[in-house]
Amino acid sequence: MAVTNKPPVTGAGPLNGILTWFDQRFPLMVLWKSQLSEYYAPKNFNVWYFFGSLALLVLVIQIVSGIFLTMNYKPSAEHAFASVEYIMRDVPGGWIIRYIHSTGASAFFIVVYLHMARGLMYGSYRKPRELTWIFGVLIYLCLMAEAFFGYLLPWGQMSFWGAQVIINLFATIPVIGEDLSVWIRGDYNVSDATLNRFFALHVIAIPLALLGLVAAHLMALHETGSNNPDGIEIHENLDPKTGTPVDGIPFHPYYTVKDIVGVAVFLIVFCAVVFFSPEVGGYFLEYNNFIPADPLTTPAHIAPVWYFTPFYAMLRAIPSFFNMQVWGVIVMGAAVMIFFALPWLDRGRTKSIRYRGPIYRAFFAVFIVSFLILGYLGVEPTNIWGEFPKALPLVGGDYIATWVARVLTAVYFAFFLLMPWYTARDKEKPVPQRLT
Amino acid sequence: MKKLLAILLLAPGLALAAGGGAKLDRAPVDLNDKLSLQRGAQIFVNHCLNCHAAAVMRYSKLMDIGLTEAQVRDNLMFATDKVGDTMTTTLDPKDGKAWFGVNPPDLSLTARSRGPDWLYTYLRGFYRDPATKSGWNNTVFPNVGMPHVLWEYQGDQLLQSADKGEAKLVLAQPGKLPPAEYDRYVGDLVNYLVYMGEPARAKRVQIGIVVMFFLAAFFVIAVLLKKEYWKDVR
Repeated sequence: MAVTNKPPVTGAGPLNGILTWFDQRFPLMVLWKSQLSEYYAPKNFNVWYFFGSLALLVLVIQIVSGIFLTMNYKPSAEHAFASVEYIMRDVPGGWIIRYIHSTGASAFFIVVYLHMARGLMYGSYRKPRELTWIFGVLIYLCLMAEAFFGYLLPWGQMSFWGAQVIINLFATIPVIGEDLSVWIRGDYNVSDATLNRFFALHVIAIPLALLGLVAAHLMALHETGSNNPDGIEIHENLDPKTGTPVDGIPFHPYYTVKDIVGVAVFLIVFCAVVFFSPEVGGYFLEYNNFIPADPLTTPAHIAPVWYFTPFYAMLRAIPSFFNMQVWGVIVMGAAVMIFFALPWLDRGRTKSIRYRGPIYRAFFAVFIVSFLILGYLGVEPTNIWGEFPKALPLVGGDYIATWVARVLTAVYFAFFLLMPWYTARDKEKPVPQRLT
Repeated sequence: MKKLLAILLLAPGLALAAGGGAKLDRAPVDLNDKLSLQRGAQIFVNHCLNCHAAAVMRYSKLMDIGLTEAQVRDNLMFATDKVGDTMTTTLDPKDGKAWFGVNPPDLSLTARSRGPDWLYTYLRGFYRDPATKSGWNNTVFPNVGMPHVLWEYQGDQLLQSADKGEAKLVLAQPGKLPPAEYDRYVGDLVNYLVYMGEPARAKRVQIGIVVMFFLAAFFVIAVLLKKEYWKDVR
């Protein structure tokens, strides 16, 4: 006799029996259907829609490679650097695992930045997907924390001094700053205590939060259904006979097989980096990080890894006012946090950039370019473009790059803060009824 | 939109293209040249290892560059070391600091932090300078604490002109090796240092090529599968 009144599973051939056994004890078929085989996705996804599934793939790559690294890594100031080299030299296949993990860190940010750019372009953050967007921004925040904690672990010069610089940011907060930074480090300097707690946060605390947020991100997405490059709702146009969206196709098998193509292309690029150029010219693995951490020798130029540099450029560009340096930290924090407000800043009547007016397109293009140039400036020392002539008023003697970064920071915030104004006034194009 | 994607993907490459620094000579690195690596290993053990350590490099790794265990043990090791040991030095860090002003750094990963071109130029860029403590100075590492250890081989160089960052050296007194041969000698040493920085590198590239062929086949199958399924989507 059956355990419940559920009908037996059919259509799985020899597996029918075992699937029925599971289905009567677990919502197997309900989940399978609602999330995959009967989850209808718009049929016009383009290349931008690969990056969500690729982000999930990179998450798995990082967790699995990370587990194997943990088996040989020693989280102590005395042994950390040597244990990484032990992995690179003496552990069989260790160098592959390590390069996969170091390349995966950068790959994660590339994929997530492209995924976020897609959301911006097609208005995927708009009603009713605000919560999907918010979970996404939280994932991005966790990712930054995860990358920051992880970067200390190899205990190279850049690990040490990068952590030193970032933790000192907290010390700029008035009144509580000094105590707060000591509390974060667990010491008056970045030390063995800092390394130990960063290890704990990197291998368990943040990954747990990440996994939970990814689940929430997907659940919220599957509640509303996916957006698409036209920014129109496929659920408003149902087939009267079947009750399914006319412009939708089941996620499985259509998008599962399509995503496999994306995975293949991604792995080709990813493995090319891992096997042929794991350092990527010092951008994925910084050259100075092949020198063991030395608290007594400050490197001439401290630059964070490329994925933090747009925000780092903003931090450096903001001068101190009223004898306080906290303003740059506030601006940098606001630059990330402002993404949360995006669904409520946008008052456009259309979602997708395809039907937006010229003002939004111009703002969007300038925003993307500003972000990229800020990223470049954050990698380089501030004197890269030289100084303004001393005779000039206001800017005389200042670094040119600093002022460029200031202007671009203003542009970055203008994109968000002026959005309620310019999106409401823009001349938008008519939106089609069906997907194009 | 495709254009925008292309720009986003190219951005890191563009950033790479920028950047500069002092003019360095190109090091002749060839990790498949086992003889060059073996000569480099010998130069390293004879001339560098007295003061510098390579604390994560095991002697046994030298068998990867075509040497037998007996050759490593008899020619490249001190009698007290074992083949599985790492390349340590007997120099006391306190002595190093007293003699050179700084403890000679570990060289295991120098080729990765400095780059082979820097090393190649540095090791050929020593010149006589009575103003320094050691009597030597260097074009790419001004006032370096290290004296010219390979002086016997290169001979004495003097600084002729140092205008606009481009230092010009002249050979005042020839050493045991003619200049072209000294360059090759240093080239072998740098080649070895690159090998020591990442012993898995040659293997890494070999495996990578196989992986690329595998993934190319995977890509073709994935595309065919997708096309088959998507036939009925209009």
